[in-house]
Amino acid sequence: MATTSAKQVLFEPIFSNNPIALQILGICSALAVTSSLSVTIVMCISVIAVTAFSNLAVSLIRSQIPGSIRIIVQMTIIASLVIVVDQLLKAYAYEISKQLSVFVGLIITNCIVMGRAEGFAMQNGPWLSFLDGVGNGLGYSVLLLFVGFWRELFGSGSLFGFTVLSPVNEGGWYVTNGLLLLPPSAFFIIGLSIWALRTWKPEQVEEADYKLSAHKVREAF
Amino acid sequence: MEHYLSLLVQAVFIENMALAFFLGMCTFIAISKKIEAAIGLGIAVVVVLTITVPVNNLIYNYVLREGALEWAGMPETDLSFLGLITYIGVIAAIVQIMEMVLDKYIPALYAALGVFLPLITVNCAILGAALFMVERDYDFGESVVFGFGAGLGWALAIVALAGIREKLKYSDVPAGLRGLGITFITVGLMSLGFMSFSGISL
Repeated sequence: MATTSAKQVLFEPIFSNNPIALQILGICSALAVTSSLSVTIVMCISVIAVTAFSNLAVSLIRSQIPGSIRIIVQMTIIASLVIVVDQLLKAYAYEISKQLSVFVGLIITNCIVMGRAEGFAMQNGPWLSFLDGVGNGLGYSVLLLFVGFWRELFGSGSLFGFTVLSPVNEGGWYVTNGLLLLPPSAFFIIGLSIWALRTWKPEQVEEADYKLSAHKVREAF
Repeated sequence: MEHYLSLLVQAVFIENMALAFFLGMCTFIAISKKIEAAIGLGIAVVVVLTITVPVNNLIYNYVLREGALEWAGMPETDLSFLGLITYIGVIAAIVQIMEMVLDKYIPALYAALGVFLPLITVNCAILGAALFMVERDYDFGESVVFGFGAGLGWALAIVALAGIREKLKYSDVPAGLRGLGITFITVGLMSLGFMSFSGISL
């Protein structure tokens, strides 16, 4: 890993090694906050900050952490950072922190944060780890914002709370699609965007468990 | 009694941890390829949730909440900002204790749960339930029912998904959708199905 350049570390996780689409990390707290874009953005910024700084902190003390209790140490660092973020949100963005409800706290158990601390920061220097944290946070944000964009646009006809497609119940023409504000739609959008991403980058396609043999039609005698 | 029953139904079906709040998704997707594994994990989650939610409830009500330390002569202390770190600590400790107790007294169950027990510490459903308990201000009895119900709902969802995925692996899925993609869409459909429970109240 000595040759990894900073740029690679920062940009790799965004598309080629997206934490959500490929590593199945951090979907947990992600989907519930995507029904409106402004909430999504706040969530993304919080996650980027926590991932970056926890990576930085873990990397700085990585040679002092005894192997047997490293998980607890990482957990404590992450939990403290999340408390800071939570208190900041309560102080400066109270309305949004109410909407995020328990999901800010759940950044603690977001597998991205823990996974990067364990998988990257324990082996690499502070600067690279910091960038890796930002990169993974961004990869998470890209997918989240994508989902949030479609959900808010078609679900309530607005973006960031500003009306784009004027909805019928306010005298406009757009019939809002209520399904997109409900939980299932997030799953569909993520599933479809994974499909799109893998069509674009076919090397991410998973192997099939069972190969279907070709269907041979025998001509009638 | 009716109140508790309705809370249970709500926790299991209407506000299903996995399908309505997306909690514990990482494990939910990763460990749902085999039914046996899903059942093991489901049981572990039910047990851990039934224990940790009430314990965190006691800690919140008697130590952390504003004015909770009155019994210790400090009525003005508000430790609620320590909540997150306390809950995760309590969860990690209880999982560890359970592991040791099971290993000593019920080795069969311990062997069955295997690697899933330590994994549970980082399952968002566990911490999520603790946070919901605080946010909704449940008392002790309610938190027992809520913990059990939330666990049961999660277990139900993962076993159902594992059942579907076991059948699904024989089907011809478009290449890009194979694996993760189709799983998400399946979960979406299941979540849609579970929504039909909303409105039920006893």
